[in-house]
Amino acid sequence: MNKVQNNKAWFLVLPVFLLVAFSAIVPLMTVVNYSVQDIFDQNNAYFVGVEWYKEILNDPRLQDSLARQFMFSFTVLLIEVPLGIAVALMMPTRGWTASLTLIVLALPLLIPWNVVGTIWQIFARGDIGLLGYVINALGIDYNYTNNPIDAWATVLLMDVWHWTSLIALLCYSGLRAIPDAYYQAARIDRASSWSIFKFIQLPKLKGVLIIGILLRFMDSFMIYTEPFVLTGGGPGNSTTFLSQTLTKMAIGQFDIGPAAAFSIIYFLIVLLVSWLFFTTITHLDKDKTKEQSYD
Amino acid sequence: MNWMAWTLPTAVFFSTIGSILVIMTIFEIKRPCTERKGFLPIPTTRGDRLFIGLLSSAFIHLIVIGFTPLSIWIALTCSILWLLTLLKWG
Repeated sequence: MNKVQNNKAWFLVLPVFLLVAFSAIVPLMTVVNYSVQDIFDQNNAYFVGVEWYKEILNDPRLQDSLARQFMFSFTVLLIEVPLGIAVALMMPTRGWTASLTLIVLALPLLIPWNVVGTIWQIFARGDIGLLGYVINALGIDYNYTNNPIDAWATVLLMDVWHWTSLIALLCYSGLRAIPDAYYQAARIDRASSWSIFKFIQLPKLKGVLIIGILLRFMDSFMIYTEPFVLTGGGPGNSTTFLSQTLTKMAIGQFDIGPAAAFSIIYFLIVLLVSWLFFTTITHLDKDKTKEQSYD
Repeated sequence: MNWMAWTLPTAVFFSTIGSILVIMTIFEIKRPCTERKGFLPIPTTRGDRLFIGLLSSAFIHLIVIGFTPLSIWIALTCSILWLLTLLKWG
């Protein structure tokens, strides 16, 4: 059969392009427009150039929340990715236990974010919450409402509880896709479980891990609802992350101009880090394939 | 379009980005490029280099605006030179 060589199929992408334009590109352009103006209302906007960018980049409150945000996202990734892989490796592969494990793991993902925050707010309370009560009964002084370290630990634990399942389920599907021939070859070579993990399972999981890490990074970097409900950003500002600072600025104080400049900087950071992650992981993969083909 | 609060500088900015994308698309159709390795540590296509150039230009602007007393025009000049260098030898 002769293959038709033309680019007409691109027209089929047009509806998606229009949708994305209206849902993402046009709003983003508006935010850029707002970021260079002092907006009072629809008819009162004054051009201020890059003034808001200067102010935002030198605002210690925002620098602190950016540092907290990076610390939070990287800690979350460091815990959730190895834990998710470990859970996936331990999951049963057949029978009713496999279905039950899948359902149990999927449950946290189905709970709305504000409900997760509320669950943990009650669960971690020292007076009526099971977790808080047990920790205090063990003789550890734990109170997430007035101790920043306790607040951080609780927010991290909540995120790990909520999202490790995602990594575990992605890895589980990746593991199930590995053909049995690989394991048979490993058995013939008398490979240890660690070697099987290192040379078969982990390389085969790379694809799903790229997606998992990217999703978790972007999601954790934009986290808002859960810490807002759990700690309200406190004690002090210790668990105030970027999106909460941004919301306070845009909606609380109605500083649309600085908030727009902040949004653009926020967007650029997410774009940069996601691109770095994606490029690093995909190119590591390519280099390895090249090395293998030379061997 | 009043609700989008357009200003002349932002209109020029978006028109430039739009024009670059259109020109690059036409260029790609006329002379399709292949991945190659330049001074960047990874092999890139023309589109990759444009993306890297635009993203790094945004950060050049942010650094100049936020942390130096220099004018934005210096940031713009540096960014254009950087983008051209990247497209040619990146």
